[in-house]
Amino acid sequence: MSNVVISDVRKNYGPTKVIHGVDIDIDDGEFVVLVGPSGCGKSTLLRMIAGLEDITGGEVRIGSRIVNDVVAKDRDIAMVFQNYALYPHMTVAENMDFSLKLKGMGKGEREERVAKAADILGLGPLLARYPRQLSGGQRQRVAMGRAIVRDPQVFLFDEPLSNLDAKLRVEMRSEIKALQHRLKTTTIYVTHDQIEAMTMADKIVVMRDGVVEQCDTPLNLYDRPANMFVAAFIGSPSMNFIEGHVQSGANGPAFISKDGVEMALPAGANPPVGTAVTYGFRPEHMALTAAGVAGALPASITLVEPTGSETMVFLKLGTAAVAGVFRERITAGEGDVIHVLPDPTRAHLFDPDTGKRLT
Amino acid sequence: MSDAALNPPAAQLRSKSTGRSKQKLLRLLLNIIVIAFLLGWLVPIVALFLSSVRPQADTATSGWWMAILRPDLSLANYGLALDQLRIAGSLGTSLAIAIPTTVLTVILSVIGAYALVRMKFAGRTALSLLLVALLVTPPQITLVPLLKLYNMVGLSGSIPGIWLYQVGFTLPFGVFLLRGFIASIPVELYESANLDGASELKTFTAIVLPLARPIMASLGIMAFLWSWNDLLIPLLFMGGSAMAAPITVNLAGLVAQTTQGQGPLMAATFLSVLIPLFLIISMQRYFVRGILGGAVKG
Amino acid sequence: MTDTLAFVPVLIAIGAIGIPVLTYVGLGLGEGILSLLPQGLSGSLRPWVWLSLPILLVLLILIYPIIVTLFTSLRDARGEGFVGGSNYLWAFSGTMMSILKNNIIWLIGFPAVTLVLSLATAVLFDKVKYEPVAMTVVILPTAISFTAGSVIWTQMYSFQPQGMTQIGTLNAIRSLFGLAPVPWLIAPVVNTLSLIFIAVWLQLGIATLILSSAIKNIGSEMLEAARLDGAGEWRIFRSMVLPNIVPSVMVVLTTMIIASLKVFDIVYVMTNGNFGTNVIANRLYYELFSANNLGHASAIAVILLVCALPVALINIFHFRAENKA
Ligand SMILES: Nc1ncnc2c1ncn2[C@@H]1O[C@H](COP(=O)(O)OP(=O)(O)O)[C@@H](O)[C@H]1O
Ligand SMILES: [Mg+2]
Repeated sequence: MSNVVISDVRKNYGPTKVIHGVDIDIDDGEFVVLVGPSGCGKSTLLRMIAGLEDITGGEVRIGSRIVNDVVAKDRDIAMVFQNYALYPHMTVAENMDFSLKLKGMGKGEREERVAKAADILGLGPLLARYPRQLSGGQRQRVAMGRAIVRDPQVFLFDEPLSNLDAKLRVEMRSEIKALQHRLKTTTIYVTHDQIEAMTMADKIVVMRDGVVEQCDTPLNLYDRPANMFVAAFIGSPSMNFIEGHVQSGANGPAFISKDGVEMALPAGANPPVGTAVTYGFRPEHMALTAAGVAGALPASITLVEPTGSETMVFLKLGTAAVAGVFRERITAGEGDVIHVLPDPTRAHLFDPDTGKRLT
Repeated sequence: MSDAALNPPAAQLRSKSTGRSKQKLLRLLLNIIVIAFLLGWLVPIVALFLSSVRPQADTATSGWWMAILRPDLSLANYGLALDQLRIAGSLGTSLAIAIPTTVLTVILSVIGAYALVRMKFAGRTALSLLLVALLVTPPQITLVPLLKLYNMVGLSGSIPGIWLYQVGFTLPFGVFLLRGFIASIPVELYESANLDGASELKTFTAIVLPLARPIMASLGIMAFLWSWNDLLIPLLFMGGSAMAAPITVNLAGLVAQTTQGQGPLMAATFLSVLIPLFLIISMQRYFVRGILGGAVKG
Repeated sequence: MTDTLAFVPVLIAIGAIGIPVLTYVGLGLGEGILSLLPQGLSGSLRPWVWLSLPILLVLLILIYPIIVTLFTSLRDARGEGFVGGSNYLWAFSGTMMSILKNNIIWLIGFPAVTLVLSLATAVLFDKVKYEPVAMTVVILPTAISFTAGSVIWTQMYSFQPQGMTQIGTLNAIRSLFGLAPVPWLIAPVVNTLSLIFIAVWLQLGIATLILSSAIKNIGSEMLEAARLDGAGEWRIFRSMVLPNIVPSVMVVLTTMIIASLKVFDIVYVMTNGNFGTNVIANRLYYELFSANNLGHASAIAVILLVCALPVALINIFHFRAENKA
């Protein structure tokens, strides 16, 4: 078990720059999730940590060792692949035993370790089976078993759940997290699914186009996104954005959208009057209200999607399309006008040019 | 309107029933054709076997089919073939050529294919293309220089010389066949082994070799058949050997001389095809895979 | 006799166990040395450690001889004095012309007959329940050497003058119908065709396998839909099956073309080129051993190579296209 420090790491494939200088500090025992849209370079970064790709620039440190020039097999890292990469010609037990055998470990200790891992993962009855005789979920477990028997410095996961069906994915999510808590092995986990990231991570690294956009705890990311990209990426449904500028209103400065919708400035934001800004608020941070209440905004409904526990409503605020999630049941239908009130204490202002959040 | 609606089904029914009996007839015809063809295709092998067990006097005066009409069978021809035609020695020599050739072809092909698929180096594509081009090289183009070379270094008349030739000549095919298979193994498997601490050699022996076993069997059966059945190379390169001539060379020589008669020749020929026929029947699956995998697909 | 048999196990042990073990040890040694080198260097040397033996063999057995033969084909009988293109002039004149004509018959006849027959077998076998058995039957001869195949077919083609009992299968059948016996291996052109048919018998299985697999790869939904639309079997074959197996047909044709270029064994065993059946591969053997004319032999070999060249180019083209996709 070790900490991992990634400093200014770059990756080029020939002339194509894929990773543009990434810095991440991962503490010993931490569960870090790399999240970002497909193609942003998560796998590439993970594979550089594993030693499966050359590091073009920068430095990767595992524990006290700079591993740039250490070959994969000597980095003491275990990785779980999206397609599991189980050895098809070996039984479950042999799959888990393979790395131990290569280490030259004694037979007794090997058996003990395999048995223990099998026990943790509930693989006991499957030890003599071949991968082709297992279900997707079982294969996934074997892939994890192969990683944990080694007791490595670091676990790497590359989208390990994306080949499972939705229900199994949710189950495995909590199982992996519980396992990591128990083993306390430093873990770097790649996914493009922000819910997976939010539910599992101690710390989330949001990436885009080979750059780290923000690195923080899940709730901090949710509450204080560094920029519009993170704000939009984290949280579902996505944050609403309305373009406009700051204007002095009846009770001091306020936000005015391009088509004249006025909203109270978020708490703590005091940009000078006249600044062009983008107003952001989450669908779940908007209340239904009656006409005439201070700040109530009339909005016409374009679509209502009840899920039972809550109702998702797509609205037009002026000409801006926004989404709202309400605990209340909505009886109004398409074309009707309701009144909503975004919560200014949980709203944000962003610089429309740089996308950065203004504080 | 209702009349018209009623009529067509009746007409259809009629045409369907005639259609059905016509289909039955076609089916019968199909079976007759296929079975007649198959029987015809087997005739030469049956004729070979029957001629090999008929007495010498019969063979000279009547066709092989008389063995069915007037069976009078003996194994005397086999005795003669083994005694006087050096057939046992020839089969031994052919084995001494074909078995090592097969093993070496498979081993060197899998090593070459693995390196070609898994390792990156300048000239990799060029090397692959060269191998593909060499797939169709006629052996004749190599004979003049190699005969000279073999004479010079004393390889002619030696069995290792034949191994060398046949392995070298079959390698492009072998590498080509195995290359396709090895490229189809997901890279994550190699990477996984790598992270598990396996060296290149260990990955090769513990992951690639076991997974490639079926396709290696395909290459093996083809290499064996080619080696065992080859006439040209042993004919040219085995001259002056103390070993008995390989079976193909021996047979080709026997056809020309008629002193022994047909019977022993047929017995010898039957013995020569026993091993190949046994192999192709017992390993048909692998043979088929080899043929299909080795064809350059368009 | 028995004394040479005693060598057999020794040779097999050396070739099938000894050399492979040495190869493995060599690889291990190479890897050991590589592990002592810096990472970048070992990475770039490793392919050559692994490929050294295969490349060496191919260089020795294929590349080197091809280059030398190209040069020898421009030299005299002893492979010494430079004679320009005269070997090639010889190759396209005199008796060589009738030999080339035979090769052209082989080049057209063998692929054509094999293709037609294998199309028929592949399509018809697909429709019978005992297809595996049928397939095994056509594959059986592919295990037999051209030499043994030729011996086997002497019994089919054997000829006795009219009036005598025919002991050859084909002539016996003819006499059953009151037809005169045919001297299959002597009558001009008929004899070359007879030899070609031996090759067809031996190789049909390969063609059938390739085509049959292509036919099975056509989606059965497509054929079913066509049948529901009322298309007849012939129509289905012509407008659905045939266009879909064109690539495999090409594979069969090129394979058989190459085989007919190289054909030697059958002619050597059956007629040794007599009665106007000679082909250039057999002539090459004669030039090499009886006439001792290395220049002639090399020129013939180069002609064979040049004939195979288009097929090599097609293969390269397909290989590149496939690996890009
Ligand atoms: N071997 C390669 N050569 C060139 N570009 C590559 C290679 N591998 C990945 N890339 C590019 O690098 C980018 C990042 O890829 P990847 O790390 O797989 O993304 P992610 O895992 O986040 O979906 C992609 O744009 C991809 O096209
Ligand atoms: Mg990825």
